[in-house]
Amino acid sequence: MESQGSCSVFDHVVRAPEDPILGVTVAYNKDQSPIKLNLGVGAYRTEEGKPLVLNVVRQAEQTLVNDKSRVKEYLPIVGLAEFNKQSAKLIFGSDSPAIQENRVTTVQCLSGTGSLRVGGEFLAWHYLERTIYIPVPTWGNHPKVFTLAGLSVKTYRYYDPATRGLDFQGMLEDLNSAPAGAIVLLHACAHNPTGVDPTLEQWEQIRQLIRLKGLLPFFDSAYQGFASGSLDSDAQSVRIFVADGGECLVAQSYAKNMGLYGERVGALSIVCKNADVAGRVESQLKLVIRPMYSNPPIHGASIVAMILRDRDMYNEWTIELKGMADRIISMRHQLFEALLARGTPGDWSHIIKQIGMFTFTGLNSEQVAFMTREYHIYMTSDGRISMAGLSSTTVPHLADAIHAAVTRVA
Amino acid sequence: MTVGVNVSRFEGIAMAPPDPILGVSEAFRADTNEKKLNLGVGAYRTEELQPYVLKVVKKAENLMLERGENKEYLPIEGLAAFNKATAELLLGADNPVMKEGRIATVQGLSGTGSLRLASALIERYFPGAKVLISSPTWGNHKNIFNDARVPWSEYRYYDPKTVGLDFEGMVADIKAAPEGSFILLHGCAHNPTGIDPTPEQWEKIADVIQEKNHIPFFDVAYQGFASGSLDQDAASVRLFAARGMEILVAQSYSKNLGLYAERIGAINVVCSSADAAARVKSQLKRLARPMYSNPPVHGARIVANVVGDPALFGEWKAEMELMAGRIKNVRQKLYDSLMAKDKSGKDWSFILKQIGMFSFTGLNKAQSENMTNKWHVYMTKDGRISLAGLSLAKCEYLADAIIDSYHNVS
Repeated sequence: MESQGSCSVFDHVVRAPEDPILGVTVAYNKDQSPIKLNLGVGAYRTEEGKPLVLNVVRQAEQTLVNDKSRVKEYLPIVGLAEFNKQSAKLIFGSDSPAIQENRVTTVQCLSGTGSLRVGGEFLAWHYLERTIYIPVPTWGNHPKVFTLAGLSVKTYRYYDPATRGLDFQGMLEDLNSAPAGAIVLLHACAHNPTGVDPTLEQWEQIRQLIRLKGLLPFFDSAYQGFASGSLDSDAQSVRIFVADGGECLVAQSYAKNMGLYGERVGALSIVCKNADVAGRVESQLKLVIRPMYSNPPIHGASIVAMILRDRDMYNEWTIELKGMADRIISMRHQLFEALLARGTPGDWSHIIKQIGMFTFTGLNSEQVAFMTREYHIYMTSDGRISMAGLSSTTVPHLADAIHAAVTRVA
Repeated sequence: MTVGVNVSRFEGIAMAPPDPILGVSEAFRADTNEKKLNLGVGAYRTEELQPYVLKVVKKAENLMLERGENKEYLPIEGLAAFNKATAELLLGADNPVMKEGRIATVQGLSGTGSLRLASALIERYFPGAKVLISSPTWGNHKNIFNDARVPWSEYRYYDPKTVGLDFEGMVADIKAAPEGSFILLHGCAHNPTGIDPTPEQWEKIADVIQEKNHIPFFDVAYQGFASGSLDQDAASVRLFAARGMEILVAQSYSKNLGLYAERIGAINVVCSSADAAARVKSQLKRLARPMYSNPPVHGARIVANVVGDPALFGEWKAEMELMAGRIKNVRQKLYDSLMAKDKSGKDWSFILKQIGMFSFTGLNKAQSENMTNKWHVYMTKDGRISLAGLSLAKCEYLADAIIDSYHNVS
């Protein structure tokens, strides 16, 4: 049977460009060069350059698959109860008064993205101030998530290219001029893409200003445990906000810290004034989720719940997590040393000062394009590189590329 | 404004009502009566009324574990092997549409997620276009279109007088819709009625859709589950494809592979050219990325493994025939029990004519409530019962309940 020729109801649908972040991997895969290096998406690699499935995850999976009593019935709309309970404890602390007072609702969502989207849609439907302030720069997908959720997106100053650090004054000024009630997106730790985090003292000032202005904080926590190697330290920013009795939203992802990327495991928590509000908020979250995907996927959440609940598995996890975080810190030092050794012009100390999986190199898009063309280095055009994609053997190649880019391209 | 004396930001939020379908199972669990029967949610149960994990699924999961596969992010469009397998299952591997590459397939979060992606595409590229849904239809359809901001209206479908299809009403309403509307059709095993058009009626439905330049939009949640045959249950979709029409098709593997909680499905768009399909696929990706970034890997791998291995595929078909067969047997027993016990002469044969997991009993809201309150039979208020939740052993009890509710309650 023949098609209807060239006439289509989709004739007006243009081809979308590749996603800027995920498209990096697409381009990398097409490259045939044996020296190619993928520093695009933030997925951890071992020293051998291989993806890593944590031992404790394999163990949990084996237990799940061997358990003959397990079924695949629909989860509740809010997801796996044990997972939700453990996730709240992980981010807020097991002794958190907010949890004890039952004023937190936690719902399982599709990793960080899904948690942000569900939270954003909930706010667009039910919250009186439909504007969210996001830092400049931020993860490329943030503005899209919130716009499609129905919020209006504005920005606050964050990164200072001159110091390659935090523009703290600018941040405070912009938050100060936000309308009362506006939502503020905060990266809980290991800011993506810059790796620049406020100090604890700065967080305290941010907290005071946000509470004074009646702004609503919405935390994106995608790297708990990855920033410093300590799960509790990396949650401090969130916890000081919860400790003051105020409300906030938190999106958690287990993609990086448990290596569960493709399983799409995450949680959205909303800390409310009291248990009654939390109950009503949860009921409305269900109305957002049901028409989006009905209920969340069970596999990844089951793995997480098992690991968080079992003391031995939890401890093993923290060791493997610290191992990943330490390897990344080691790569930072190696790259820094390599650039020093080559006498590459410029101050590269930000490589060791920045926190988390990424380094915001400060390279411009022409330099990035040059590095891709001449050295087969794949990274996002904003100059962000994933340290997790480096190894001792590939650091020299990257250092050569950066050196060449800085000295040959304006 | 100081912290501690604030009223909650969410104080004005009302408690949402429980989901009408999923809420039924919650109420069932709370009931302590030993005669209770859950005919609410459409999840298959064995004769012992236990959930069922297919043997091929367990085999596939064991294989996956043995292989030690990684958990890297899938591409935004999902697992390539799954997308290929699912499109071939739907249309047949030798279908010209497949050979000409004019189908866009994107892995979605089961049926709901796939419908939501399609709705987002409609909202963006066909602004103002309406979706016509059957009266009645699955309760979540309208929620999906509402949240996606796609207008919808109903076409006549169920005729309470005949407990059958109001075919003339259906055709008239489709004909009356503004040109270029999307017509939501259930590929087989209509939910909630179990009433499907005959092949001749499908031809006429296709005629009027073509005449009005409407776009057919299939919801295929029961392929293989309705008749026991994958090919037979896809006949309606294939009929439309054979006419060279452009079609949207949402698929789910919740029921036919028992993968409910894994959330695995796909949105397919059959286009008149490979170029259109490529463009449409790129835009579906652009809608998925701000919703959940990329879909969960586990369920997709299970499907790809089962469909990709001839032995497993054969075993799957056999297990599906068993499931469909059990439902047919239960229909027969229920019909026999009703005819034996009901002395009024009412014709209960519609139970045998209906197909799939559900039966529309013809009971109204009050009668359905009587089923629950007096007989502890849990069902949705529209009179729908899930035969998948019925055992041969309970048919007589159910018949008593139906007869009492039908005749003694108005």
